[in-house]
Amino acid sequence: MQMFPKSYAFLRNSLLAVIALLLPVWGFAQDSTAATAEGMRANGKIYVVVLVISTIFVGIILFLIYLERRIRKIEKNLH
Amino acid sequence: MRKYWWKILSILLLAYAVIGGFLLPVPRLPIVHESIRNLYFHVPMWFTMVVLFVISVVYSVKYLRSNHLKDDLYALCFASVGVVFSIFGMITGMEWAYYTWPADTQEASFLWTGDPKQLCAALCMLIYLAYLVLRGSIADYDKRAKISAVYNIFACALMFPLIFIIPRMVPSLHPGSDGNNPADPNHLDATMRMVFWPAVLGWILLSVWISTLLIRINLIAKKEIIYADVS
Repeated sequence: MQMFPKSYAFLRNSLLAVIALLLPVWGFAQDSTAATAEGMRANGKIYVVVLVISTIFVGIILFLIYLERRIRKIEKNLH
Repeated sequence: MRKYWWKILSILLLAYAVIGGFLLPVPRLPIVHESIRNLYFHVPMWFTMVVLFVISVVYSVKYLRSNHLKDDLYALCFASVGVVFSIFGMITGMEWAYYTWPADTQEASFLWTGDPKQLCAALCMLIYLAYLVLRGSIADYDKRAKISAVYNIFACALMFPLIFIIPRMVPSLHPGSDGNNPADPNHLDATMRMVFWPAVLGWILLSVWISTLLIRINLIAKKEIIYADVS
C-alpha cells in the first residue's frame, strides 16, 4: 500500500488538491461554442490571469509548507 | 498556532494581493494603463530587500558583540534571501520599464535603460554580491564571520543613499524623483493603497519565512561548527 515514502505523501496530496481545483477550468474548456461573457470569459478574461497566477502562488506556498514540515521532522529527529 | 500565525497571515495577505491586485479598480492613467498593477508586485520586492538587509545587519552587529557563529549564520541567510528579492525587483523593473518608458528618450530601446534608479539599485546588488564573494574567500570561520560582519555594516550604510537618496537627486523616469514624494500618504490612490500595503507586509513575511527555512537547514547542516564554537 505504501508506494511512496511518507514525506512524499503530503506533496502528492497537495498536487491532487491543485488538480481538483483546476477541474472546473477544464470543464469550461469543453463547451467552446458558448460565446457568453460570463465567469472566466468576463472582463477581457482577466479571471484567467488571476487563476494562472493563483495556481503558481498556491504551488509555491504548498512547496514552502512541504519544506517546513520536512525540516521540522529532521529537527525533531535531532533532539 | 502561536508560532506560525504570521506564516498564515502572509499567505492570506498575498492571496488578497494576487486576487485583489488584478480585480480591484485602478486609476486610468496614460502610458502605464493597467500595468500600474505591477506596483503591487515590483515595489514590494525592493521593500522586502531593504527589510531583509536591515535584519541582516542587526545580526551582524549582534555577532560582533557576542562572537556566536549562529548570529553570523542568521546575517548570511537574511542577506542571501535579500539578494534573491533584489534580483526579482531588478528583473520586474526592467520588464515594466521596457514596455512603458518611451524608447526615444533613451539611448537605445533595450531592457537596460541606464536610468539612475536602475544603476544605483544595480550597484547595491553588486555590493551585496561582493559580501557573498568575500565570505567565500575566507576559510577560517571566525575570521570570515568578523570581516563579513564589518563589511555588512558598510554595505547597509551604502544601501540607503543608493536606493533612497541619489536616484531622487537627479532626473529620472522612475517615480519618486522630480519632486513627487512616495512617502506622502496621499501620494497613492486610496483603492491602490488598500492592496499595496497588505501586499508589502505579505511579501516581507513570506521572505522572512523563506529565510528562517534557510537558517534552520544550515543550523542542522553546520551544527558541529556552530555549537562547538560557543566561547
